[in-house]
Amino acid sequence: MTTLIDPATAVFAIDQSRCIGCGACVQACAECDTHRGVSLIQLDTVDRATDTQTVPTVCMHCEDPTCAEVCPADAIKQNEDGVVQSSLKPRCIGCSNCVYACPFGIPKYISSFDQMMKCDMCYDRTSEGLKPMCASVCPSEALWYGTAEQFEMTRRGSLVRDWKFGNQDVRTKVAMVADEFGPVEVFIGRRRRHWMDDPFALEEMPA
Amino acid sequence: MAELPVTEERLIELYGPHLNRVPPGGWDAGLEIDRVVDTHCCFCGQQCGIRLKVSEEKVVGFEPRYDFPFNEGKLCPKGVKRYLQGNHPDRLLEPLERDPGSPEGFRPVSWDHALDRTASEIRRIQGAYGADSFAVLSGVSITNEKSYLMGKFARLAVGTANLDYNGRLCMVSAGAAGKKALGIDRAANPWSDIPLAEVVFVAGANIAECAPITTSYIWRARDNGARLIVMDPRVTPVARTAHLFLGVRPGTDLAVLSAMLNVLISRDWLDHDFIAAHTNGFEEAAAAVAAATPAWAAQVAGVPAARIEEAAELWGTSATGMLLHARGLEHHTKGVDNVLAAINLGLATGKYGKPGCGVNTITGQGNGQGGREHGHKCDQLPGNRDITNPEHREYIASVWGCDESEIPGKGLTAQEIMNAIHAGEIRGLLSICFNPLVSLPDSNFTRQALAKLEFYATIDFFLSETGAYADIVLPGSLHEEDEGTVTTLEGRVVKINAAVSPPGSARLDWDIVCDLARRLGRGHYFDYASTQEMFEELRVASKGGTADYAGITWQRVIDEQGVFWPCPEEGHPGTRRLFEDGRFYHPDGKARFVPTPWRESSEVPDGEYPTYLTTGRVISQYLSGTQTRRIGALVDQYPEPLCEIHPRLADRLGVTSGDLVRIISRRGSMTAPAKVVESIRPDTVFIPYHWPGDKSANLLTKRAIDPISGIPEFKVAAVRVEKVPGHGDVRDDRDLTIQAGERP
Repeated sequence: MTTLIDPATAVFAIDQSRCIGCGACVQACAECDTHRGVSLIQLDTVDRATDTQTVPTVCMHCEDPTCAEVCPADAIKQNEDGVVQSSLKPRCIGCSNCVYACPFGIPKYISSFDQMMKCDMCYDRTSEGLKPMCASVCPSEALWYGTAEQFEMTRRGSLVRDWKFGNQDVRTKVAMVADEFGPVEVFIGRRRRHWMDDPFALEEMPA
Repeated sequence: MAELPVTEERLIELYGPHLNRVPPGGWDAGLEIDRVVDTHCCFCGQQCGIRLKVSEEKVVGFEPRYDFPFNEGKLCPKGVKRYLQGNHPDRLLEPLERDPGSPEGFRPVSWDHALDRTASEIRRIQGAYGADSFAVLSGVSITNEKSYLMGKFARLAVGTANLDYNGRLCMVSAGAAGKKALGIDRAANPWSDIPLAEVVFVAGANIAECAPITTSYIWRARDNGARLIVMDPRVTPVARTAHLFLGVRPGTDLAVLSAMLNVLISRDWLDHDFIAAHTNGFEEAAAAVAAATPAWAAQVAGVPAARIEEAAELWGTSATGMLLHARGLEHHTKGVDNVLAAINLGLATGKYGKPGCGVNTITGQGNGQGGREHGHKCDQLPGNRDITNPEHREYIASVWGCDESEIPGKGLTAQEIMNAIHAGEIRGLLSICFNPLVSLPDSNFTRQALAKLEFYATIDFFLSETGAYADIVLPGSLHEEDEGTVTTLEGRVVKINAAVSPPGSARLDWDIVCDLARRLGRGHYFDYASTQEMFEELRVASKGGTADYAGITWQRVIDEQGVFWPCPEEGHPGTRRLFEDGRFYHPDGKARFVPTPWRESSEVPDGEYPTYLTTGRVISQYLSGTQTRRIGALVDQYPEPLCEIHPRLADRLGVTSGDLVRIISRRGSMTAPAKVVESIRPDTVFIPYHWPGDKSANLLTKRAIDPISGIPEFKVAAVRVEKVPGHGDVRDDRDLTIQAGERP
């Protein structure tokens, strides 16, 4: 059986070098009981004309969430496990301050619910020790959820949790996987290989 | 019979595909979950574990199945949304009979009428034209028990040699090569061997889209420091971070694989002890690649010689290595040779029977492995026995309680059956789990053939494009409506559990087939009360064959989360990794190198048709799309076929992304929006094949088959691409940013 994971100390890691753009996370997110039919995860294609790189983005769950700071209705709460939740329905006035302020572009105003909705790390699941839906189904483990020990044992790369947006320092509960601290090429996750500049060797062997 | 009973537009209006977008009762139904059923995904050969949520006798959702060791809860989008195929407006609920006079094209009839008419037409056609003039086409998205049943039914109830299956379009080249070289047709390894390999060579397999869960195994290998080599005409998502990429021209994999063996030999990166102790035929195979230098292969395949040498060095100097191949090697008129050449690389370096070592096919269809073992192939009897082998025939006759002479001989392969229908040699057809109008090459030809049938009956849960040509439609069961076993791409026999019962008057597939056998006067061979009874007979029938299930009990499959065959007696642990004792499955215990001299594809570009066409799949659709083109969320993800074109070719044609292009081959033409991407060779275009009618990539492909395996050459055709007026909606298939306020 699967071991239960304590949400207070769990690691949620995003590793773009593993993402294959399959969309399982998007499809599974819409199956969540708290926002059925609407997916709250983003899967972006960087530039399909040149590359197959895709980037999944869940809420990064900031330690000091900007969305909550700018909310005039005090509708966005953070719980004891550090999870920043969707707006509280009775409080949200739909002003979209949070949508504009979030440094990661996460919150969405959903008109059919008339409130801001965003990833709450599947709190209905994680509070019971289960993995969030996206990190459960992700075929490539680009979205990964587990204990720090499990990450240490099974994965490579460093976990990046500190971000700088202009003068704003942000620390997040969700981490990005990078090879090492310092400037990283997050899109490929590894050093570039010689073939990547010319996959079909068109310079040397005209097709 | 003859043309469609009503227009295609009317058929679509009546029978779909319509898009099911919401679970029963809608998103906000708030249904109580009555039970959660552990089972497997109905789609690809990985057979991911999944849990289906049932409320009021309907499947209403899914839950990850964390305890199934292969996927540990992981699913691709098809698995996530598969539950929406149930409770579907297109579901066939009652038997239908073709009626061109009715505005519906079909009229509902009783089961008695539908089955009696089918039985009498089978006998009428056989009486008029001979026993083999009635063919049976089966498929490998069905369980082991149904695969076994269809083989026995065709041979003993219908009494025809002409039985084949849609696995013929899938991995038969790998199966034939495995039998020739290794004496067995099964993946050599459990997938847990992939992370143990120092080098992983993915040859002709778009793993991200066609076997997505396998990605995690490859990334674990990468985490462990493995080097990844990818050979493909497209920079697939898994290739993006590869250590080495071999961007081959379609149809030239054999040149690269041969040159790699050439380098292994010239650099002496060989396992001489292994070759001497465990193989035959090395000298002949070496002679066949003596002239296959990297410089030669570079010219043939369009891959720099240095990259081929580097691939050989990575493979040859690594102590462990896993080679994974799929339809990219197999869908060729030299599909068997391609796989043999891959196996030769494994044998030459001793990469068999050890942790992290092996050459494996990634089987495509849901029961692609088990479905090719239990006797619904034209040349096969259960247990992967040979229908032309007298001892094998005698044994199966003894299991079936019939005389050996009652078992027909070897019949035609799937494409040959369609050819024989077109030629008027086969006049009647019964099909299950097969949509050849979409999945066979040269669909104009297939359409003509279907119109020539005097009688066609199909067992299906939706009216497929092929089924629309049927005289009798027998509503069968969906995957989640029946139980049984399937065998995964690892060779692991697992249990499918029924979540719900067939709706309306639809019946279980096997119950329909057994009833039909009774009406053909052969009921005494088909006296089954349950799926388990068929499984018990299958165990006996497979005993002593290479695909030996004798020790795999129904209860063990449940208790052990699957058992790996061969498992010759009860108490045997099953065989996770093959060849660990150094013995292969030929009588002398040795593997065979088979020489694979170079030959061209059946059709290559020329002045008139200057561009390669290669076909394949996308992540959100499955095979002919009978199921997945009916699920809204999956259709939204990739609504229609796009033609992938490199910017160089696009510039020459004056095409930008979204412009419509016409793709023309000697068989037909189709129009699709261009998707201009640098991830494909400039001399090649790619079109996925899941769609019917004028969106069918198989309008363009050629009915050329491998002489050994009978697999059609889906991966190579010559086409001409032209710009035509108009603009399509090329939303990038991977750009799934949600639209706030939209809710399906």
